[in-house]
Amino acid sequence: MTDIAKETVMPPRSFISQDAIQVFYRLLAALLICAVLAVLSESFLSLGNILNVLRQASLTFFIASGLTLVVLTAGLDLSVGANVALSACIAGTVIHKTGSPALGILTGLACGGIVGLLNGIMVTALRIPSFIATYGMLWVLNGLTYWYMAGETLHGFPAGFRQIGSGYLFGLPIPVYLLLVFLGIGTLFAQRTVWGQEIYAIGANPVAARLSGIPVARRLLLVYAVSGTMAGLASIIFLSRLNSAEADIGESLTLPAIAAVLIGGTSLFGGVGTVFGTFIGALILTLVLNGMNLLSVSANWQPLVTGIIVILAVWLDMKTRRRAQ
Amino acid sequence: MREAAVVSEPNPLQRIPGVAIVLVLLIALFSAVAPGFLSVANLSNVLVQSTILTMLALPMTLIIMTEGLDLSMGAVLTLTSLCVAIVSLATKSMLLGLGAGLLVGTAFGIANGWLVAILGIPPFVATLGTLGMAQGLSLIVSDGQSVVGIPHSVRDIYSATLVGVPVPIVMALLTYAAFHALLYHTRFGTYIFALGGNREALRYAGLSPNKLLIAVYAIGGAMAGIAGLLMTARMNSGHPTAGLGLEFDAIAAVAVGGTSFERGNGWLLGTLLGVIAVGVLRNGLNLISMPSSVQVASVGVLVIVALFLDGIRSRA
Repeated sequence: MTDIAKETVMPPRSFISQDAIQVFYRLLAALLICAVLAVLSESFLSLGNILNVLRQASLTFFIASGLTLVVLTAGLDLSVGANVALSACIAGTVIHKTGSPALGILTGLACGGIVGLLNGIMVTALRIPSFIATYGMLWVLNGLTYWYMAGETLHGFPAGFRQIGSGYLFGLPIPVYLLLVFLGIGTLFAQRTVWGQEIYAIGANPVAARLSGIPVARRLLLVYAVSGTMAGLASIIFLSRLNSAEADIGESLTLPAIAAVLIGGTSLFGGVGTVFGTFIGALILTLVLNGMNLLSVSANWQPLVTGIIVILAVWLDMKTRRRAQ
Repeated sequence: MREAAVVSEPNPLQRIPGVAIVLVLLIALFSAVAPGFLSVANLSNVLVQSTILTMLALPMTLIIMTEGLDLSMGAVLTLTSLCVAIVSLATKSMLLGLGAGLLVGTAFGIANGWLVAILGIPPFVATLGTLGMAQGLSLIVSDGQSVVGIPHSVRDIYSATLVGVPVPIVMALLTYAAFHALLYHTRFGTYIFALGGNREALRYAGLSPNKLLIAVYAIGGAMAGIAGLLMTARMNSGHPTAGLGLEFDAIAAVAVGGTSFERGNGWLLGTLLGVIAVGVLRNGLNLISMPSSVQVASVGVLVIVALFLDGIRSRA
């Protein structure tokens, strides 16, 4: 029944114009939020605040961009936040022990990537539904991180390393450049490479994808590994920006990342969405949270608002798709 | 009503291996390595501490039987526990506190069911959203602080005994009896099997699967409300992270207990044994002075292994 329904979905290429419309709506929404905030708060349009929004959005985007690929295959990775925490703590330890930021960065990326690969193995080889497998992984990683850190905080990293998260280049924060790079890579990979198109095909109809010779298991492994590696990258940015690492830094990261993906128009049912949409999604979410902050709404409200946004985004997505059919 | 029980309890002999072996292995392991594990005081401690989890794992079994999931249960329990604390503190009445907890819990349960059944949002995302909302509301009503000074009538529930049996255990046993009767001996129970196994059949029989689904999630929310009372009584306070991750222990108990995530079958006794297995695992690790972080990670591994075995069985 569902397979037949999914077959009526057109191949991803012809979606580009449809996607462009969806992205356009979301850009409008982002602009609207900006206009409202500019009226409500004087400090919103200050250069410092705008750079702050961009920097914050880039952190959410790094995690959410890898997650986008997972959601495109109709999967989900709930372990990204916990993965960021573990990778940051391990990378931080390596930098402290060896004094080499490069080695620390490599360890952080590798740690994230290995966790992602394990997720992929659970989903493909063990055939556990992705949301349960990665939810189990979330708690395994949480436990490992708390055990490893034993309540300690890693603090104080080399000045050069801290530039990655808090430095500026030509007046723009360095994470923003990284954001542009990964936005470009992600978009090119998803839209212009065979592997990227195969990921869309797997999400749209896994059976058809397998029958047409796509190595589904290998692509899924890749997708979860990329999601994990991007969490590893986010952990490096976090580490260098906060200049410290604690076991609990990942706890508030997963829900916003999922929210960014869903606001960005990527469908939970797979096969539809873009990395650029996720960027807009991260921007919208950050603008809302930033606005609440500027209007001195207590940070206690953030999980409530993020939760509502997640549900609204899924509901809107399902409504527009139902109408389109 | 009796003749409606078309679905009889599955033959336990086919199922016993999984969860019983896990439980026996865990008990044997900790008897060997953890001094004091087998003492009566410690074992009754394990049982009393498992009561809150029992109240979440039983409704979670029903929800998972409908091919659903409720990730919000722990966060909703936190919120209902805070509601119990705040209302009983203000009114000095345990019953009003329980009423507030039940009301808030059931409201969240209905909301979950509505999002899943009427809007058709996948359960894990719908309940992830309500998890965030419950977490946020907990922070807002408590302002991030513990609620202390709750009346004795609430606190005594956890420590009181009824003819020598601790009240929490009495409550858990009553809950189990109620769920057993509901699932295996009422029409509604039969419909729950059909919700996971064959939803079309319900529609052809002129029933509304959506209403039934909302009812199942509402039961989960209501149970989180009752468990919230126990949690407040146990901690002698309301705390904004009291139920953090409890839904995961509940899912673990269901998974270890042999209820399948994909086939709409469920086994309540298995869930009960699963709850005890999770309790024994945590208690035993605690006795050999493993930090709670290791306990959490072990439960995570337990879930993944259980699901892997479930997958093998379903393909066999």
